[in-house]
Amino acid sequence: MYLALFIILAVGVGVAFMFNRLIEMRNQTANAFTQIDVQLKRRCDLIPNLINSVKGEMKFEQATLEKVIQARAAAVTAGHSGNMGEMMAKEGMLTQALGKLMALSENYPNLKANESVKALMEELTHTENQIGFSRQLYNDLVTKFNTAQQVFPTNLFAAALGFSPAELFELPSDSADRAVPKVDLQQ
Amino acid sequence: MLIMAAFIGFFLVIGLGFDYFYLNFSPVKTPDYIWNDAGYHEPRRAAGNIPFGTVIALLVGFGMTANGMMNGAKMVLRSTMARPADPGDEKERQLLNVVSEMAVAAGAKAPAAYIVPDRDLNAFAAGINPENSVIAVTEGLLGSLNREELQAVVAHEMSHIRNYDMRLMTVSAALMGAIALLSDLTGRTMRSRSLRGGAVSRSAGSRDRGGAGPVMALAFALWLVLVILAPVISRMLAMAISREREFLADASGVELTRNPLALVSALEKIRAAVTPTYAINNGVAHMCITDPRGSLLEDKAGLAADLFATHPPLQKRILALKVMAYQREQEYKST
Repeated sequence: MYLALFIILAVGVGVAFMFNRLIEMRNQTANAFTQIDVQLKRRCDLIPNLINSVKGEMKFEQATLEKVIQARAAAVTAGHSGNMGEMMAKEGMLTQALGKLMALSENYPNLKANESVKALMEELTHTENQIGFSRQLYNDLVTKFNTAQQVFPTNLFAAALGFSPAELFELPSDSADRAVPKVDLQQ
Repeated sequence: MLIMAAFIGFFLVIGLGFDYFYLNFSPVKTPDYIWNDAGYHEPRRAAGNIPFGTVIALLVGFGMTANGMMNGAKMVLRSTMARPADPGDEKERQLLNVVSEMAVAAGAKAPAAYIVPDRDLNAFAAGINPENSVIAVTEGLLGSLNREELQAVVAHEMSHIRNYDMRLMTVSAALMGAIALLSDLTGRTMRSRSLRGGAVSRSAGSRDRGGAGPVMALAFALWLVLVILAPVISRMLAMAISREREFLADASGVELTRNPLALVSALEKIRAAVTPTYAINNGVAHMCITDPRGSLLEDKAGLAADLFATHPPLQKRILALKVMAYQREQEYKST
């Protein structure tokens, strides 16, 4: 009788600890996700400024500029829709378009010498890095959270307690972000 | 952690030995039986069954480091004449950005960034809590590293903060101080006692230990040798802890940046600039990216460097990082 009572108590305490730990991890992943979101918004806010300050000098790169503007608009729409897969795809395209723009801007000595453009470029690099690092943190936390749910004995209770595996912030496998940029030295 | 345990064990041997041989402290001593008023033999432990020497030395050791504990970061910054990074300046803006990037990668609050006006290449972290710690880099470092290398250095310092290395180093400094105090006291007591007829005979005679005489004398002699070597041994242990933490900070810094080669090239640039950092004194040496006393000990991979340097030899650190880079590449290939 006492033994049964003791076992029930022990299991109850164990489940409570398990529950608290999973809650903590879930909140951490949620917080890390909002961090990515903050950085993505910041990037979208920076782009119009950047375009305005480089478009005079880079008027022969109209196509690239257009692409950045379009990708930004698509990313903003995808962000509003709340569909995570869509958002990742569009943000990936924006990353790629911006990367191309920044690489091209290296060809313009006037731009490189311009203080305000330099500051903007640093700001953009900073934001890109922030996005990368916040994604890295989010993915690490998600991996830990998911692993915690899948290991024994937590796997017996996780679903019953209302936990489900979180989604990694990955670029789709056919994403433009993954493609190696082409370098043409003939140009 | 093993070294820390050895350090504490060593301190206890010195401290409790001191109490045992000099202050008549023993946990297993037979109590004195005293005939009390009610007509019984009543066991009564002699006074002084608290290891006073150990406790007092420890208190003094922590007392000496308490000031550093309370306002360590402020003191260090003042002594190096560091100033806060200015977001208006291009390079300093970059430093601020890099620090906040590393804070994001670590999922922590960004430490304050400071600039040390010195031409040498160095960087350090200070502060006891992650909440109010600072990262400082020299002007020379800021001028000669590119963005990625700067990021690697900041990640290394960030890891010192995240691993609570300042706390650990404070504790080890306190232990070192306590051991120095005990060893000094022993030396003094011995000199004054030998004038009055020898410490061993007196302390052994003051207690009834019967046949344990020669054994105790041997233990006492052994302990004396340890005490004489204590300052050197404790320094070696403290430095071993420091070097271990450096390797750890390198590794956890790479965990943040995922870019071991950037730290390699940063370390190589720092190594090429061999001038000592005058602005940084020895007190913060173990929190720097490399030893600020120039690359005298650090560049040698010999016995002295293995025992007494605050940092592992740069070649060893670079090699460890290159191994990490290679492993990452292999992992990447296999997926």
